[in-house]
Amino acid sequence: MLIWLILVPVIAAALIGLAKAPARLTALASATFTLIMGLWAVISTTLNPDCAECACWSTFAGHDLQFTLALPLSRIMLLLSVIVTFAAILGLKAPDKAAERSWSVSALLLSTGAIGAFLSDNIISFYAFHELALIPTFVMIGYYGRGDRRTIAWTATVYLGLASMVLLAGLLLLCSQMGVWSFSAIKVAVAAGTLPTGCLTAGLLLVGFGTLVSLFPFHSWAAPAYASAPTPIAMLHAGVLKKFGLYGLFTLAWAFGPACESFFGCWNNLLLVLLLGNVLWVGYVTVAQTRLDDMLGNSSVMHMGYIFLAFAAYVALGGNNELAFKGAAVLMLAHGLTIALLFLLTGQIEKQTRTLEMDSMGGLAQKLPGLGFIFGLAGLASIGLPLLANFAGEFTVFVSCFQGWTFGEPQFESGMLNTISGWFGGLGPVQLALIFALWGLVISAIYMLRAFRRIFEGPVGLASERATALSCTDKLSAAFLAFFIVLFGIFPFIVL
Amino acid sequence: MIQNLPWLFLLLPLAVAAIDWLFFKKCACCAAALSILSALGTFGLCIAYLTGLCTGTPDVYTWMPIATEGMPSLSLGLLMDPLAMRMMLVVTGIGLLVHIFSLGYMKGDTSNHSRYFAGLSIFMFSMTMIVLADNLAMTFIGWEMVGFSSYLLIGHWFNKESAADAAKKAFITNRVGDFGFLIGILLTMGVFGTLSFSEMGTGTEAIPTAVLTATVLCLFCGAIGKSAQFPLHVWLPDAMEGPTPVSALIHAATMVAAGVYMMVRLQVSMGEGAFTETACLVIAGVGAITAVLAALMAVQQDDIKRVLAYSTLSQLGYMIMAVGLLAGEAAMFHLYTHAWFKALLFLGAGAIIVRCHHEQDIWKMGGLGNRMPITTVCFLMGTFALIAIPGFSGFFSKELILDAALEKCPFFFWVGAGVAALTTFYMARLCIITFCGSARAHGAEHAKDGGFTMSMPLLLLAVMAVISGFGFVADYLVPFEGFHAHGFELGLPFYVSMGALVVGLLLAFVIYGCGKRSKDPLSGNFISKSLRERLYIDKFYDKGIIGILQECGARTIEFADSAIIRGLFAQGAAWFTGKIGMLLSWIQGGSLRAYSLIIGIGVIFVIFLLAYTFPSL
Repeated sequence: MLIWLILVPVIAAALIGLAKAPARLTALASATFTLIMGLWAVISTTLNPDCAECACWSTFAGHDLQFTLALPLSRIMLLLSVIVTFAAILGLKAPDKAAERSWSVSALLLSTGAIGAFLSDNIISFYAFHELALIPTFVMIGYYGRGDRRTIAWTATVYLGLASMVLLAGLLLLCSQMGVWSFSAIKVAVAAGTLPTGCLTAGLLLVGFGTLVSLFPFHSWAAPAYASAPTPIAMLHAGVLKKFGLYGLFTLAWAFGPACESFFGCWNNLLLVLLLGNVLWVGYVTVAQTRLDDMLGNSSVMHMGYIFLAFAAYVALGGNNELAFKGAAVLMLAHGLTIALLFLLTGQIEKQTRTLEMDSMGGLAQKLPGLGFIFGLAGLASIGLPLLANFAGEFTVFVSCFQGWTFGEPQFESGMLNTISGWFGGLGPVQLALIFALWGLVISAIYMLRAFRRIFEGPVGLASERATALSCTDKLSAAFLAFFIVLFGIFPFIVL
Repeated sequence: MIQNLPWLFLLLPLAVAAIDWLFFKKCACCAAALSILSALGTFGLCIAYLTGLCTGTPDVYTWMPIATEGMPSLSLGLLMDPLAMRMMLVVTGIGLLVHIFSLGYMKGDTSNHSRYFAGLSIFMFSMTMIVLADNLAMTFIGWEMVGFSSYLLIGHWFNKESAADAAKKAFITNRVGDFGFLIGILLTMGVFGTLSFSEMGTGTEAIPTAVLTATVLCLFCGAIGKSAQFPLHVWLPDAMEGPTPVSALIHAATMVAAGVYMMVRLQVSMGEGAFTETACLVIAGVGAITAVLAALMAVQQDDIKRVLAYSTLSQLGYMIMAVGLLAGEAAMFHLYTHAWFKALLFLGAGAIIVRCHHEQDIWKMGGLGNRMPITTVCFLMGTFALIAIPGFSGFFSKELILDAALEKCPFFFWVGAGVAALTTFYMARLCIITFCGSARAHGAEHAKDGGFTMSMPLLLLAVMAVISGFGFVADYLVPFEGFHAHGFELGLPFYVSMGALVVGLLLAFVIYGCGKRSKDPLSGNFISKSLRERLYIDKFYDKGIIGILQECGARTIEFADSAIIRGLFAQGAAWFTGKIGMLLSWIQGGSLRAYSLIIGIGVIFVIFLLAYTFPSL
């Protein structure tokens, strides 16, 4: 059954690309199909968890390339993928007919690659699907990107290509060491006593996956690529495909169980420093941006820090931290929806005002109150306002960092960290990193409210004068995503 | 089922806000009517529970079922103890009056009615969340949501630069406070093992003093932000850019008092033992500094709303000081009386502003006493309560704080007395200039009292401002065991506060006479200038912290990020691929399409290779 989630978009893409079928209609039909089918799969396996245990909704004619919703994060990521895909294709606005064709094809392929990766139990097909999904990203940035698109496309290609090589090396090392080739088999093997070892393997995996998720300092590709990419590609890549790295790390850690502490543990303190780089360093980079697309690209990099924090908290307790896992899952879903909506709105704003320089806009909410409302909702969601999706995830992650902590003596050798740790009753590395990372809440409020202030408030600016009205599909696609942000804000754990 | 009725406190305003916002954009009257009905509904419900007409404990709703070992689920429950229900009476009561007053005040702005009333309703929802929360996580949710609704309402006229800036400033400043608050919440969970108010009190003795101090002070950061205490007080005066009824409800009576309420709530549930000496000293110190600084700045303000805003700051400082002196009942008593009379003063100011064609400068008013008699009388009632004339509500509550200060730490007593003198002085100045003499500008010449929707709330609030300090009301309002409102007790506090009152009034009348002056005789010198410049604190934040630290810092980091990290890594990667590229230049035509094709082929090749090498795959 699950195989259709992969096949239908591929067939649709082939029809559009080769048989010249009407691009918009075909793509929309395919996206609608995957939406309904995906929702049904997610709901039926959530309501009936035993069915998820029987795992393979599709075995591929006896081969091991099988798709499953039994992995703990598969369902939530599938949900994210189908929702964002539908919104991206519904809101797709290409400059001309030819562009519409290639945009639709790449959007379909990109989302197929992501869905394939999230449904794969086999590690090689998990990897390969992601690689396939990267291709449309590069091509679309190279052909239709904003700004210096060639350089940006090449930078992203080189970065992600190298990262994929590193990742592949790590995965191969790991799998050959374990002697099995799928997530579920690794879990079984670990339970049977074959433990993963090797700091090098863990390091390769962290750098490989980390670069794909734009972990500091391997983040330089991300913000320009998102800023440059055409709207549906930016939505799908930043919202969905980027979660691949975190998905991989968490699923591996889940498969390792308690052994994840000894495996990833040797990098955990370094990871804590790097993720603070994401939250604080990139946070201030975000504050300095003057263009909306650059600002959003950087903010997306910044927010990844919190999910890495959940990973560090999960690893630090040897997988005995369900909160971190759940929090990360909700946060991935929430971040995917919000950033996709923000990029969608960026495309609409650019269409209306023909610029993304924030200072030349202003007062846009007077011209387009609906747009202002949705942008405000998405922006506030992304800075963690309660009752919108991100808050539930963030708050759970914060709480999870204090899992298993009790006051006692400071836990560091000496120095300033020890002093600070002592003030709060002996915080450990994870809790200390959390406290620094919480400052990110202030930073994100600064850049997001500042952007809203510059674009939507104040007297009507020059560029805003040009704004006319939003089309029906513009409104529909934005409202569609906003609906889910509110829904998961009020009921954050219905999918877990 | 019936025991779950109190959930309506939350659901009613939330639903109304959503309906107003989504469906009543075109229908201003419907939006307003619906919001007023919801305020009336919650007020009625509150009365029903206070009088015992309805009883029962509402069910707890598990919002995030995340319970694991040592971690409670995040649940939403309503704690309807006397402390909370009295606070609800103030919130819904003043809320209802402000809703009604808004009808008159916002008459000229009907096109934005739905947004305005939706904002008010969402505020009522969030404030109720804070008041009725049974655990700190729920408090935090309400905390953020009131911040949001305040952002929304301060920026109601968002096309005005100053209003949009003020809204942003309020939100971000509050976020700074929330940074500490959140650390405090997480520490509380780590230290006490629970967030629930009813379970917090046990086992405090086993916790080291330093940890308790850190926890309480981190939680206090939240109150510093929300109750606008020094050094995060700067947002409140700017928040006066919002519509005046909003200032009355949010920035005078309820939301800014939430910090005080939260601290008292913690004191009650953690036990006074959790408030260590150091923590108390810091809290009381912050309160005292705020009270003094704000009162000083109020002396030289010309905008009627700003005078009241600084006065609010100063009174909040009083309350926080009382919290630090472990006199929770005095803090709550002053919170209640202050809520009524300050809401009255703001609504009075609102009536004046509307009738003077949206003029807020007191030097362009004058002689309003004859032309707006109802408003003037009500405003004076509020003023008398604020400057603590014996018999008015503020007198009793302020006396209680001064008593506590004298008993625990006389230093704070003398600070409080000084602030009382300043309060009397600036309020007398305000009243003399506004109501006496003759009109100094055209707008003030034809001013007259507002209609029924504006006068009725004023009169009701005036009644409360007078009587809420009397024993029969106060004993009911302040639900602490052994609390009795004072009568007139002759003693040092009484003499000192009478002295402060007389000094303040005398000074004001000597300097400002009978309101005949057209210009402030105190202005022009250095002291006046620095008070008008808010002691340069705002300037320091704008130029120093934001301008130099944040902006230059952010730009430097941005530069370093693009020059060093991007440069280094990208160059390195480019060099690396360049070398490979030279090797494989026969593959690379430089075309992106060709390159991606190669990646695709490569991937498929890898898969086949693997499948071949590992048949078990």
